[in-house]
Amino acid sequence: MYLILFFIFGGLCVAGALNLLFQRHPINSALSLIVVMSSLAVLYLLLGAEFLAAAQVIVYSGAIMVLFTFVIMLLNAGKEDRTHGSRAAYIVGIPGVLVLVSLLSFIFLSQKSHLANARLGDYLVTTSDLSEVLFRDLLLPFEVTSVLILVAILGAVALARREN
Amino acid sequence: MAVPIAYYLVLSAILFSIGVGAFLIKRNIITVFMSIELMLNAVNLTFVAFAHQWHQVGGQIFVFFVMVVAAAEAAVGLAIIIAVFRTRNTLNVDAVDLLKL
Repeated sequence: MYLILFFIFGGLCVAGALNLLFQRHPINSALSLIVVMSSLAVLYLLLGAEFLAAAQVIVYSGAIMVLFTFVIMLLNAGKEDRTHGSRAAYIVGIPGVLVLVSLLSFIFLSQKSHLANARLGDYLVTTSDLSEVLFRDLLLPFEVTSVLILVAILGAVALARREN
Repeated sequence: MAVPIAYYLVLSAILFSIGVGAFLIKRNIITVFMSIELMLNAVNLTFVAFAHQWHQVGGQIFVFFVMVVAAAEAAVGLAIIIAVFRTRNTLNVDAVDLLKL
């Protein structure tokens, strides 16, 4: 059951990512990225990270992707132009990516016996576990990130404002 | 039935590589930005998988902070994209080459 769920949602992730790569219209890429992020939320749940699964759906596939689709619609982005900026990206990039994925997969699969197995309900991090660490040991970094978000909001407004 | 953590790591490696490939191949600045988000998500999956492996909360805390910073980064990045579109009237990354020699 667990293995089937993993393969269904892992397959959805990879299919969505490949669809992002092959679609020419940005709105199609954005929608396939939402599929990837929602399937990742399910994988987080399978790994016992219930808070992160909820945060993934709310923050990533909710807030960030809505921002992306808004910008795509606002700028009326059409189909991608078929310009070839640099040949090097194709010549070095695609074999490099293939080498990267096969090298990483080889290393992970050869070390499989040293890594544990994940079972459902094996290790569940509840929200209270997470908040205990976040609000007691890491209170200062937490507050600093709130300042960071405030600065980011101000920066976004200042950058996107129409100059007159 | 149990799933080896290695499978999760392989999945995240595949997602990261697709993100790198999309970053190199795509010509639309918004799609390039989306592939960066895909790479961030792939790394997040690795963090959660290792948090499960060693039964530590620290990995999940890391993912939480990555999410927060990604949200801030998306807001600023999209504002920059809007500013670029206003001045150059294009979303093609090849047309934004003022810094190129």
